[in-house]
Amino acid sequence: MPNLKDLKNRINSVKSTRKITKAMQMVAAAKLRRAQDAAEAARPYAEKMAEVLNGLAATVKGSPTAPKMLTGTGSEETHLLVVMTAERGLCGGFNSSIVKVARYRAEKLMKDGKTVKILTVGKKGREQLRRDLGAHLVGHVDLGDVKRVSYENAADIAKQIFEMFEAEEFDVATIFYNRFESVISQIPTPRQIIPAEVPEEAPAETLYDYEPSEEAILADLLPRAVTTQIFTALLENAASEQGARMSAMDNATRNAGDMIDRLTIEYNRSRQAAITKELIEIISGAEAL
Amino acid sequence: MAETMQFDLVSPERKLASGTVKAVQIPGATGDLTAMPDHAPTITTLRPGILVTEGPEGEKRYVVTGGFADITPEATSVLAERAYGADAEGRAALEAILTETRAKAEGLSGPDKDALDLVADNLARTIATIS
Repeated sequence: MPNLKDLKNRINSVKSTRKITKAMQMVAAAKLRRAQDAAEAARPYAEKMAEVLNGLAATVKGSPTAPKMLTGTGSEETHLLVVMTAERGLCGGFNSSIVKVARYRAEKLMKDGKTVKILTVGKKGREQLRRDLGAHLVGHVDLGDVKRVSYENAADIAKQIFEMFEAEEFDVATIFYNRFESVISQIPTPRQIIPAEVPEEAPAETLYDYEPSEEAILADLLPRAVTTQIFTALLENAASEQGARMSAMDNATRNAGDMIDRLTIEYNRSRQAAITKELIEIISGAEAL
Repeated sequence: MAETMQFDLVSPERKLASGTVKAVQIPGATGDLTAMPDHAPTITTLRPGILVTEGPEGEKRYVVTGGFADITPEATSVLAERAYGADAEGRAALEAILTETRAKAEGLSGPDKDALDLVADNLARTIATIS
């Protein structure tokens, strides 16, 4: 039986752990609101971008001079998986769930005889993937110093991807991120960014004049559209991370509370037992006289 | 004919302006153009410059660094790469682009350099109009 001193220490230690998790939960809640606002503010641009791109892509797609970023390189041999995770842990299954989806996809592609290259964004994904897929890692983007994701961060990632695409290092690029559903639900989502996914049917809309030419606009627009998709993913990821951390820390706080209750009962029982034992000793000592 | 139309100015990070306007002057890549209600549907890319809206409360000026505009008879949406008010911040952004263009022009020769010089000179003139 642990002595009273040990129990007391244990209770105090769990209590301070609870304080920490509680604080982390509250910080995550505040950051979540900010992240959600940022995601909300970025939505009009992303929606408009998708709308214009779809209209444009439908008219240009058949043309033989259409940009490769839209039509693909004509082969599907090399896949680039962009795995976007968090820089920090203690956020439940947030990082593992993205990595799991990405790993599954990588294994499937390799079974089909394709070449897989992995670009990681965020430290945690890299750590997890390095073990079994280390040979496939081709790059890493560190967002450790970034307090708040901005469009420039997305542009940096996009630039790295475009350079690889220009150098014909891959044919298909897919990003993996957590889509924010709610605080308790984040859905790991793969999304193909190159070649751009556009609907087959042209949306029944007014015919636009394009100035300069359609293809010149498309050449300018496509990289922006891809960057926007990456930016959206970064924002969704940021919101999901805080949501996941919030619920994980809420759980941890509750578990710590339960543990404190259990330990307190045990502490009180041992204390009572010690008192009873001492009393018995005194009484039997007195009786022996 | 409609008197006004919807106008939105959005950057990737936020919506900067939204409201009804009578006309919008857009710094298009191939030249300035003014969109008014019932304009033919047009999509154009932007060059760095100043965008002017004429609304019920008078003129408003914004600095855009690039992007594109989607013009329809009922509405004009400008998707700017980065956008600012026509103030010190906007001026600084344009000046940064000017320096970059000049530096790029230095490394070139012949018609390419002339074209970039022209772009830079125009940009310099635009910057001068920002007080």
